[in-house]
Amino acid sequence: MMLPGFPDAAPLAGLGGGILIGLAAALMLLGAGRIAGVSGIASRALGISDSGMSKSSAWMFIIGLPLGAFIVAVWSGGLDAKFAGTGALIAAGLLVGIGTRLGSGCTSGHGVCGVSRLSQRSVVATVTFMAAGIATVAIMNAMGLEVLQ
Amino acid sequence: MIARYLPPLLSGTLFGGGLALGGMTNPARVRGFLDIFGNWDPTLAFVMGGAVIVMAIAWRIQARLAHPLFAPKFALPTRTDLTPKLIGGSALFGIGWGVAGLCPGPAVAALVIEPASAATFVAAMIAGMGIVRLIEKD
Repeated sequence: MMLPGFPDAAPLAGLGGGILIGLAAALMLLGAGRIAGVSGIASRALGISDSGMSKSSAWMFIIGLPLGAFIVAVWSGGLDAKFAGTGALIAAGLLVGIGTRLGSGCTSGHGVCGVSRLSQRSVVATVTFMAAGIATVAIMNAMGLEVLQ
Repeated sequence: MIARYLPPLLSGTLFGGGLALGGMTNPARVRGFLDIFGNWDPTLAFVMGGAVIVMAIAWRIQARLAHPLFAPKFALPTRTDLTPKLIGGSALFGIGWGVAGLCPGPAVAALVIEPASAATFVAAMIAGMGIVRLIEKD
């Protein structure tokens, strides 16, 4: 299905993917009683965070992420992906790592789990990282910086 | 053993599959969403919307449960304070998200799609997380 005015958008695949993510987070909440926040679970798996689910559970969740993507990639006959160059990846990775620990969460924990709970902290965090992301892309485009290869 | 490891593995797998299906493992699509002043790609709004709707229902169910299905009790965030750390950290995260079009979940999931690029980002992300840990320990 195409969205009028947005020929590149994939609204149905997006909605389907979003529902799967919601079900994943619901399983974590109703099954394990915890938030499916990837930055928190990743730092728990690596021992960077001491609180949260057991280390083994954290690793199971983290291993599941590429496993699920692999299943979809095989099922759909390959996925398009255009990544930034090494320098941009390193700079961005550092910022994302530092920012998500200081901000106690990322797109999954704050953006999906917290916003759907109407958590004040998560709504403020989500508005902040969305605004920062939009401003960053706008400034980079205005400067003619093309990072994707 | 199976009852203990299967729920988080299944949750992670559904999560990674959803990210891939929704196009979030492609940084070009994520940056396209953030590019609201240019050639805007609204796909991520559908991903976020679908996930938030399902989770809003899950929170209604959670409110009626005495304890989770496979654990003795709920362990959920209780803080409500808005701090400079929360806002500053989220801003730094957003800048990084905008630069490369990657956040933690899609970056880890993309390890099987574009291994070298995803691993570069994930290694830097882990380093960033470690830096915060070192600073906060002092």
